[in-house]
Amino acid sequence: MANPNKAKAEKGLMRWVDDRFPATQMVQDHLTKYYAPKNFNFFYIFGVLALLILVNQILTGVWLTMSYNPSGEGAFASIEYIMRDVEYGWLLRYMHSTGASAFFVVIYLHMFRALLYGSYKAPRELVWIFGMTIYLLLMAEAFMGYLLPWGQMSYWGAQVIISLFATIPFIGPDLAQWIRGDFLISGITLNRFFALHVVALPIVILALVVLHIIALHEVGSNNPDGINIKDKKDESGKPLDGIPFHPYYTVKDLVGIAIFLFVFAVVIFYFPEGGGYFLERPNFEPANPMVTPDHIAPVWYFTPFYAILRAITFDIGPLQAEFLGVVFMGGAIAVLFVLPWLDRSPVRSMRYKGWMSRVMLLLFAISFVILGVLGAIPATGLRTAVAQLCTVIYFAFFLLMPFYTKLEKTKPVPERVTG
Amino acid sequence: MKKQLFALLFALVPFVALAAPLPEQPHSMTPDINDKESLQRGMQLYVNYCMSCHSLEHQRFSRTAEDLGIPQDLMEENLIFSSELAYNDQMHIGMQPGDSENWFGVAPPDLTLFNRIKGSDYIYSYLLGFYRDPSQPLGVNNNVLEASAMPNVLEPLQGVQEMVCAESDRPMDGAELDPLTGKYQSCEVLQVTRPGSMEPEEFEEAMYDLTNFLVYVGEPSRLQAQAMAPKVLIFIFIFGVIAYLLKREYWRDVH
Repeated sequence: MANPNKAKAEKGLMRWVDDRFPATQMVQDHLTKYYAPKNFNFFYIFGVLALLILVNQILTGVWLTMSYNPSGEGAFASIEYIMRDVEYGWLLRYMHSTGASAFFVVIYLHMFRALLYGSYKAPRELVWIFGMTIYLLLMAEAFMGYLLPWGQMSYWGAQVIISLFATIPFIGPDLAQWIRGDFLISGITLNRFFALHVVALPIVILALVVLHIIALHEVGSNNPDGINIKDKKDESGKPLDGIPFHPYYTVKDLVGIAIFLFVFAVVIFYFPEGGGYFLERPNFEPANPMVTPDHIAPVWYFTPFYAILRAITFDIGPLQAEFLGVVFMGGAIAVLFVLPWLDRSPVRSMRYKGWMSRVMLLLFAISFVILGVLGAIPATGLRTAVAQLCTVIYFAFFLLMPFYTKLEKTKPVPERVTG
Repeated sequence: MKKQLFALLFALVPFVALAAPLPEQPHSMTPDINDKESLQRGMQLYVNYCMSCHSLEHQRFSRTAEDLGIPQDLMEENLIFSSELAYNDQMHIGMQPGDSENWFGVAPPDLTLFNRIKGSDYIYSYLLGFYRDPSQPLGVNNNVLEASAMPNVLEPLQGVQEMVCAESDRPMDGAELDPLTGKYQSCEVLQVTRPGSMEPEEFEEAMYDLTNFLVYVGEPSRLQAQAMAPKVLIFIFIFGVIAYLLKREYWRDVH
């Protein structure tokens, strides 16, 4: 303490700010006096990591935008310009492209955590719905971002996805043309996707992230035991099983962040193409509307849903298989939104649910991974049959949930968290 | 802690390990972009034999010179032929796409990113895969790209290569084992029947250098990534250790 007046001076400044803006109040509400359960495990790191990657995407994205040229003539060359002529441009670009894949890795694990410990159940339905909306917008954001390098897979991947809208009866073809802004994907499409990718969607995603966190901090975090720590408080009103988010979880998360960054950096520096899954080989060829690539596969994070789309190979009544595929694919995502109302179990965590829930979650996770693999490789008769089976399991997990969660016998839930 | 680390690594493994396989090629090579001499020889070959038709439109002479350790004056005197191109320019060609399409039926592709599309084995095998074939318009075919429109500009170096029948004690590509002689026989063996200016081994080395050069051109930043990676990883590692010690200290009083 060289200057004993300094602390006082800061206090004076903080008071000046606090009289005009609830700075101290906000820090307390969300960090120093936000009590999180003390028994978080490894699965609880992915929310923080998602936030970290969001910041990474925004920062690298801003700098990429400075050198990117959103036109049909210049887009592809401007990416190579960034890769070669812009100082550290290659690093920014790989951080951004690897970040997109990392984003989905952590989001999928973050969502799996919610399924595992019932984090979507009352009173956290809105936390879940805000989160699902973020996920949906993130898919749109990633899809539009993938068009921007203007490579062959950018072009033809977008062609496939946009033509999905064209399968909708009556309005489909006009809708697809409205989305493209042209009769086929062109520089016009590229420009509007650029605008949506760098301005519109990030703003909405950021706003939803704020809502997601406000809703979470209102009801408090769930934990691996799925019990409510606010039920047991000490005399001063602090939850007995809660610890302040700062400093306990800020320092703990730093360790998780370091581990994540290490793996992230290894991929960026040594495997930026992710074995052809993060950056697909055909995308090093400029978009050419006259030449279709041999095999069009969406980027890996879309492949489970793409496999569901392709699994629907039959018409039902007047409805064509193509349209039904789109309906099932949309349904696979839409059903996640109503998850909080499908789970009728009296307990939250998988630790205390019955065997049926456990088996269903396991089957669901396996099916999702298999669908992801199948969506990335060309379809054959057998593969389509497997994809159909996995699609049935995917939907059964959700649609049968009201029954098996109600039927099964649950285990007694402890009073206090169990480590 | 250890469990968590493994779980996180495990979660990322599939995306690194499950590399999308490229089709297998007759020859394979392992590029080494740190071998500057090989890259220099490769560039020399490229400029002399390929660059009349194939541009490297995203790659600059100057950047290549710096990365390959070629002095500017040497580069300008010996490797930049066109009077319209300067040291800082990208490696463009004078041939117009419309003209070349008329002459060859297809415009020769730009090769800057060719390695990232096709892989080095493809390029290397293609360069070694030309053979005389009178049925083709230019009298030459390629066993990697059937009916390739490219003339065999490397023939003066390699000599005349032909597809012949041959037998060998060891297994060969597409060869069948003859039960009578106990030897492998194939009628799709490429053999140099009239020597060129290079010995076969010499030619293979030259094609290795040329392929190596194209690997470098596909991603010149790989050199910088290699140089930077250890520093970044060590930094993150030390940061992680300090973070862990800090965490352990803080969590001492959580029971």
